Amino acid sequence: MKQQNVDTKTNLPDTGEADECLFEYLHAEMVNYVLSSKTNGKEGEEELSPLEWMGFGVGYRIMERLTREWARFKDELDTIKFICMDLWSSLYRKQIDNLRTNHQGVYVLHDNAFRLLTNIGAPDSTQYLREAPRLLAFTCGLLRGSLANLGIVSTVTAEIATLPSCKFHVQVQRV
Amino acid sequence: MSRTGARLDAKKVNSELFTLTYGALVTQLLKDYENVEDVNKQLERMGYNMGIRLIEDFLARTGSGRCYDFRDTAEKIQSGFKIFLGITPTITNWSPAGDAFSLCFETNPLTEFVELPDHCLNLKYCNILTGVLRGACEMVQMEVASWFLQDQLKNDSVTEIRVKFVKRLEDAIPAGED
Repeated sequence: MKQQNVDTKTNLPDTGEADECLFEYLHAEMVNYVLSSKTNGKEGEEELSPLEWMGFGVGYRIMERLTREWARFKDELDTIKFICMDLWSSLYRKQIDNLRTNHQGVYVLHDNAFRLLTNIGAPDSTQYLREAPRLLAFTCGLLRGSLANLGIVSTVTAEIATLPSCKFHVQVQRV
Repeated sequence: MSRTGARLDAKKVNSELFTLTYGALVTQLLKDYENVEDVNKQLERMGYNMGIRLIEDFLARTGSGRCYDFRDTAEKIQSGFKIFLGITPTITNWSPAGDAFSLCFETNPLTEFVELPDHCLNLKYCNILTGVLRGACEMVQMEVASWFLQDQLKNDSVTEIRVKFVKRLEDAIPAGED
């Protein structure tokens, strides 16, 4: 959000829109809170499951509202595509750049400039690489929650090689 | 293409993301703390941290200068709500001395989809807002206090936040100058 948006932003009619940076700051506060709470005793290993759990709840609920007017998805791949294209672009302003699958329940979602990572450090810098996974736990949960609401049980993990790109691994659990 | 659904409205989704995320946070806090008062306090503190950062966005976007009096401040706070939450609270109930006013919200995006269960009657669900106000004002050298007078979640007709000017914060003079 740069200067040129000043006029349009301030003259917008009441849209009920929460400005984008609000979510980023709120998210940052949540990460802070989770890191500072008592369970984080062990050195080198961070307890991020509350973040993941919060994300799960949000993903589950948001999906319920978003897909209300959509036709039933054809299959698992169709569902994942919805997440990569529509959900992602409304939540994170861009689509997933690359989607890979082995057609046996493993999907890798590759985002070259993940919104919550774009503002930390220069591209390709490794300075914050160690801390960066904190910023992905919420989104992992969000993915898992949205899939759960569409009837897909999964585990989601994330991996960062270079900032600001990251990969989300979705492993669907078959019954 | 067999897609029949309408494209998602990015703005709407974004605001729902914020609302739901805030809800998840409050839920987590309620789970972590036994005491509702502690939750209120924690929310206020988080708001304070957000306010400190939000004021920069606000100043960069509006290009506004210093407030010349507290009425001016009130208007700027109002426009801040407009920019960040897309709502325009009304400013009412000025104190005779002009150092306190109320912000009244007809609608509040934070409380969309929210109902308070009985055991949370002391919870100030939107307490993050008071923190944001305190943090943001502190960064422009004003100490303010704010609290909820009415809350739609507790069956009042509007949500009312009282904002009171406490004092002007002085610039600290760097050591060795003057």
